[in-house]
Formats: sequence, structure tokens, C-alpha cells
Amino acid sequence: MTPDPNLDPTPDTTAHSDRKAWMGLLARASPGQLAGLLPDLPAHDILRAPEIGAVMVRGRIGGTGAPFNLGEMTVTRCVLRLADGVVGHAHVQGRDRAHALRAAVVDALMQTDAAANLRQTVLTPLQTAETTRRTTRASKAAATRVEFFTLVRGEDQ
Amino acid sequence: MYVAVKGGERAIDNAHAFLAEDRRGDPQVAELSVAQIREQLRLAVNRVMAEGSLFDPDLAALAIKQARGDLIEAVFLIRAYRTTLPRLGASNPVDTAQMAVVRRVSATFKDLPGGQVLGPTFDYTHRLLDFKLAADGQVPPAPTAPVSAEKVPHVTEFLNRDGLIEAEPQSDAVPPDLTREPMELPTSRALRLQAITRGDEGFILSMAYSTQRGYGRTHAFVGELRIGAVAVEMDIPELGFSVEIGEIELSECETVNQFKGSKTEPPQFTRGYGLVFGQSERKAIAMSLVDRALRWKELGEDNIGAPAQDEEFVLMHADNIQATGFLEHIKLPHYVDFQAELELVRRLRADAATMQEAAK
Repeated sequence: MTPDPNLDPTPDTTAHSDRKAWMGLLARASPGQLAGLLPDLPAHDILRAPEIGAVMVRGRIGGTGAPFNLGEMTVTRCVLRLADGVVGHAHVQGRDRAHALRAAVVDALMQTDAAANLRQTVLTPLQTAETTRRTTRASKAAATRVEFFTLVRGEDQ
Repeated sequence: MYVAVKGGERAIDNAHAFLAEDRRGDPQVAELSVAQIREQLRLAVNRVMAEGSLFDPDLAALAIKQARGDLIEAVFLIRAYRTTLPRLGASNPVDTAQMAVVRRVSATFKDLPGGQVLGPTFDYTHRLLDFKLAADGQVPPAPTAPVSAEKVPHVTEFLNRDGLIEAEPQSDAVPPDLTREPMELPTSRALRLQAITRGDEGFILSMAYSTQRGYGRTHAFVGELRIGAVAVEMDIPELGFSVEIGEIELSECETVNQFKGSKTEPPQFTRGYGLVFGQSERKAIAMSLVDRALRWKELGEDNIGAPAQDEEFVLMHADNIQATGFLEHIKLPHYVDFQAELELVRRLRADAATMQEAAK
């Protein structure tokens, strides 16, 4: 894949970890919840219309060794530009074009002055929902953890 | 003489209409939704994703509905669909040590960091039909317990620390992809694992079982079996960094196998590895046994001629779509081929009769 010079010519290396975090959160989010939190989209130009494709997922032999191809997953990507020129990217799991479009809009807005407000109205609720979902599943698994006990048998005290 | 034959369009159209009606079944019975299949037949969905080699629960559920529950037909639909998708890239290798486990058991160590977590398992059920399921769909919520922050490291990591198990060679080499280049023999372990993880569960299970019964015995212990969600991360070239593009459920099995040692290696345990989409633990265990059996050459073991040691036999027959395609094509018209066979048999019979006459 050759980088398209129109897309994002100068990625800002300092803000990566924060941007990575919200892009990941948007990719994993429920499309329905995201649409509910951000029903109206600001004006934007589409640079790459939402496109459904496949990503080959890799594993490592023995969990830690050389990579191998495990199988593909569906992913939808989208790139757009807001009226003020800020570019937003999205790669989201599944085949929901509206999800990819919204995720790209949020990615762009998070790079503008709207970030603080958006974090509160969109990212925090998404994060809360994800944390709840994960904690619920983890706590059910925790309840199935085996506690071994040893039966002391015989006469010696 | 060859006579081209056309026709059958009306019969085919009507057969498809009949199929659609039979698929729906009795209209007095409520229709199944794709979401119901996705949520309530989740293990079937997982199998279709694993063998279809495409992680997308909604698509797999749709395929199961369309295929009337014929899982190989559903896998076929998924395989056909995936060929229409552009390949957007390849992920970074998933880190299964960071898996959010819902199930994790070890048959080799009782007490281990992270503990034995049973998860949503059929193990320890009595395998008695539960007629309550035929009556109502209400289930009480599953009990919960506080989540500990304890890490859940791989079991083989402990053995590795003492040098008791072979070290996994480290590499970041781009693995071969059998969906892009035809498989060539002999293969690498990476290519074998790709072929096995998308192979037919029944076939891989039987191959694994044959090693347990003595056809290429590998003395496997399940060092660890874990099931849970892992993050999938991919480098995005236009961004210049990697992002998480989603989360998938995987089953991973690591077996620990006896090894007497060789000229270059001291006696130590060796490994078999299984990694499969979804909650598919039977397949993950079977995969790790077959992986280990196929490693005989690399480990300097004897080839006893067991089917599970024969890479060509295993890899060329594991794919149920290739298998069913070739198998089922013989039901399609072979009128001309058969006409030739018929002619031949008639001629041979005539010749034989003439010779018998002459001998009298």
C-alpha cells in the first residue's frame, strides 16, 4: 500500500499515543452507540469513501515465535477532511460504513478545539460502555476460577 | 458422436424456489433471525468463521441461515465472499499473553499465576438432554466475583525459564500466505499452521486422535488452553503508526510433549501449537497435536509412516471446501464420460465372448 500524499502528509508524532487510544476505542465501539452519541455530522469532504475490506490477522507460533497467517477479519476504512482542513482516519472492525464515517469524523474533530467537549460527550461514554462490558465478562470468568483444597486424611496430627 | 445438450433452466429455477421454501420450513413456526443465530448458535458461528477463515460473526450467522445449518455449505459461502474483499493489509501478530481470558486451564500445573478459570464450558456437565431448554428461554444471570489484576502468563513461559522446553525461534519474517500463493511442499511450520487453523474440524480432530492411538504418538499434555478476546493492531502507512482495528475472540492451545533429545538437543519438552478463531477449543487442541506430529523431521524423530506425519496427506485433505468441491462434482452430468466407459465395457465383453466361442 503506497501512502496517499493527499491524506495526512505530516503526522504529528507527539500526539500518537492519545490518538491511538481514541482510534482504537472508536474501532471497537458499537456502531449504534456511536451513532446515538453523535447523530449529526459536521461538513466534510470525503477523501476515501468508506470501503469494506479484509485484514489478514497474524498470530505467532507458540504465542511468541515467528508470525503466521491466522485468517482474515472484515474492516471498513474511511478518510475525510473537515471544512477547516483537518483530516480524520478510521479503520473499524466489521462492515458498517456509517461506523467508519463517524469514527473518521470523531478522529478529525479530536484534533481540533472541539476535542475537550467531544471527549466528554462521545469518548467517555464509549469508554464507560467498553469498561462495563469487559468487567462484566471478566467478573463472570473470575467466578469460575477453581479454588483447590486438600483433604487431610490419615491419623497423624 | 457428440451432441450438445441444453435445457433445465425451468427445473433449476423451480428447484431454487423449492429450496427457499424448505429453508423457511413451516411458516407457522417463527423465522430465525441472523442475530438469534449469532447469539444462540455461537459455536456454530465460530466454526464457520474459523473454517471460512474470516472473522465476522454477523456474516457467519447469515451464511448458516442461508445454508440451512449445513456448516460446510456456510463455510463455502464465507470463502466465496472473502474473495470479493480487497485486502487492506495484515495485522501485527496478536499478543495472546495479553488475552482477556474467559477460560484458561492447564493440565500440567495445578497452581499457577492467573489460576484455573473454567469459563463457559461443557466440561463437567452430565451430557443429559435438558428439557427445560425446550420449554423456556429464561436463565438466571451468571454469578460474578471480583476481578483480580493478576497477570495470566503463558504456562510454557515457566518451563522456558528453566530450559526444560524448547525455545520458540524468534522472527518477524513475513509469513507465507496460502490464499495468495499455491501451497508448495515441503512447507514451513507457519504455512502448515495457516492450513490447519482453516482446515475441517472433523478431519483435524481425527488426525489428532490417530496420533493418540499410536499412529505417530507424541505424548501430548495440554500445557495450557486459553480462550478470550485479543486486540488486533495494524500499521497504517498513511498515519505512520499502528492502531487497534478491533478485538477478536481466539482459542489457543499449547501442548507440552515428550522428547528424548537428539544429537544437538538435550532431552527437553517440545511444543505443539493451536490458535483458532472463536471459542473452538476442540479444534485448538487437535491443531496443536497435528502441528506437533508434523514436526517429526525438524526434531529428528523417526517417520513411522503414520498419516499424521505425512504433510502432504494432512495438508492436501484438510480443506473441506476443496474436498467437497471435488467430491460433489461427481454428481454433476458426466454423460459423455460415462458413454465412453459404456462403449469400452461393451467392446471388452464382446471380445471376451468371441474368445470363449473360439476356445470351445
